[in-house]
Amino acid sequence: MKRRRGSIAWWLVFLLGVLYFFLPLVATLDFSLKAKPPFAAYTSSLQDPKFLGSLLYSLVIAGVTITASLALIVPTAYWVQLRVPRARSLVEFVTLLPFVIPAVVLVFGLIRVYSRPPLPFTHTDIGSSALLVAGYIVLSLPYMYRAVDTGLRSIDIRSLTEAAQSMGAGWLTILWRVILPNLRVALLSGAFLTLAIVLGEFTIANFLARPAFGPYLNLLSQSKAYEPAAVSLISFGLTWLAMIAIAFLGRDTRTRIEIGGAH
Amino acid sequence: MGFLELSHVKKRFGAFVAVEDFELITERGEFVSLLGPSGCGKTTTLRMIAGFEYPDSGSIKVDGKEITNLPPNKRNVGMVFQAYALFPNMTVASNVGFGMRVKKQSKDAITKRVGELLEMIHMPEKADRYPYQLSGGQQQRVALARALAVEPQVLLLDEPLSALDAKIRVALRNEIRAIQRQLGITTVYVTHDQEEALSLSDRVVVMSDGRIEQIGSPSEIYNFPATSFVASFVGTLNLLAARVVDPSAGRLAVEGQEIRAAKPISGARSGEIVSVALRPESISLEEGPEGTNRLRGPVVDVSFLGSIVRLRIRLGDGPTVSLDTFNDPNLTLPPIGEAVTVSFPPEASLVLDQPAAAPGADVAAGD
Ligand SMILES: Nc1ncnc2c1ncn2[C@@H]1O[C@H](COP(=O)(O)OP(=O)(O)OP(=O)(O)O)[C@@H](O)[C@H]1O
Ligand SMILES: [Mg+2]
Repeated sequence: MKRRRGSIAWWLVFLLGVLYFFLPLVATLDFSLKAKPPFAAYTSSLQDPKFLGSLLYSLVIAGVTITASLALIVPTAYWVQLRVPRARSLVEFVTLLPFVIPAVVLVFGLIRVYSRPPLPFTHTDIGSSALLVAGYIVLSLPYMYRAVDTGLRSIDIRSLTEAAQSMGAGWLTILWRVILPNLRVALLSGAFLTLAIVLGEFTIANFLARPAFGPYLNLLSQSKAYEPAAVSLISFGLTWLAMIAIAFLGRDTRTRIEIGGAH
Repeated sequence: MGFLELSHVKKRFGAFVAVEDFELITERGEFVSLLGPSGCGKTTTLRMIAGFEYPDSGSIKVDGKEITNLPPNKRNVGMVFQAYALFPNMTVASNVGFGMRVKKQSKDAITKRVGELLEMIHMPEKADRYPYQLSGGQQQRVALARALAVEPQVLLLDEPLSALDAKIRVALRNEIRAIQRQLGITTVYVTHDQEEALSLSDRVVVMSDGRIEQIGSPSEIYNFPATSFVASFVGTLNLLAARVVDPSAGRLAVEGQEIRAAKPISGARSGEIVSVALRPESISLEEGPEGTNRLRGPVVDVSFLGSIVRLRIRLGDGPTVSLDTFNDPNLTLPPIGEAVTVSFPPEASLVLDQPAAAPGADVAAGD
């Protein structure tokens, strides 16, 4: 009897969660279908070349951001944990700074420094996109660092490193063949979060005048009624598709990873 | 000239001296154990040979070549860790072949050698398993094969068996020794288990507080401990406070009962207190022939330890002496409280360097 009641409470909480998550989506869907004829908002959005163009641009930027921030963070977190564990709290603090410093401040700083010689990045498209990536690396830093750090803590990096070293492996080999493959789950979760951040970000992309998805969505909502709702839902679906694709690429045939321990 | 040579090796962590003036010369193919209590610097010494720590002074040579300051991946030294440290993302075969892949050896050579090594550790059918699918003992055998794959000049093992069950521990240690003999590889084995060190090694290095207490064969270490630390750390031991009666004749008195040492007692005057070490198995429960040492006192304890029975006899009103006799169903043991006479030859009484810390304490070490 008691168990039954417990499971009813559990289902109630679950239902509330589902409602919280899906009600806005359902409302948006409902609103987007009010256009006449019913799917006009969707057809017109999909026919707008700026929609697919900006989405594609943002996906590419997300890919570059994820790659670059992993290349930066994995060796750093690894080195800190292996060689200077005392500096860990300092590094952690630094990675939390994006929570404290607003994106507007960050982007004005970037523009001030990189819009004139000797570093006139903003004068070219590729330069501005590079600045955008740099900004996104900073924004995703707290999530990415935390994910990687947690992943590193779940394996015995010291012993694995020393075992590899004693067999003749250098640092690059160790990172590439031993550390990275064992961080798969951590890297995936970091990548998901970064992807979500990049697709929804408005401020930095807007000030750098990049044709990204965030500014496009914003512009749309100022000029149209039903289309923004439709585009939000489409992009929501596409984001999920992208995440599933990443998860599929990084899938693991093994069910669990365990180190040491007799059993 | 030895194969692996450590001379005047010293390692400090801040102000704390972890290893002090370590001197060891091993022959090619020798199996040497570092034995000592927790924190005595065994692992630190091993890690300096592997290159994971660098000594503050002194030098380390392998086959005449100085390796003191080489990074670990430039040395040719294999290491087996207590926690196995197998790569979780690789199968058994890829783990074993890792070192050869790093050294860019040919696919065929790798496949062949991995096959041989898996055969050697009796696990050829487990080649495609992942580490998490293996038992602890199996994981450690894979770790051993992996360390041996690149044909290291020296094999280092840091308490490789301490995470395993007692039964597997004994089986695996014999296997390690058999493989080591078969390959003739120079091996340094760290353990705090005296039985492991004594049963495996050609020579044992007993350490305490970062210093070497004694280096010798297992029988030298056990039968002729150089210091009271070695005597008490290795095996079970009776440590008795004795008053020197006549140093040149080796005559002593324990609780008023006179005994004799085989050799004159150097560096002590009569009347001084020294400590005498006696192994329980060298004392017998009988009067013994003329000329043997005899002690008399009541039995205070009888305990069965399987193949042997250990009795404790009280001397005077203080110390007790333990003695071992083989367990024989026909043996009639004296009841507790009965006074008995026990005997031991003069060679069995070992006069040690320092006075006994706790007079009459009988010190048991190990598991
Ligand atoms: N990196 C380090 N920094 C500071 N002190 C250290 C470090 N490594 C070891 N020590 C100290 O040096 C001493 C010797 O350590 P070591 O690990 O060599 O002992 P051990 O003989 O292997 O002991 P155990 O049997 O417990 O493994 C210990 O007191 C330890 O605290
Ligand atoms: Mg140790």
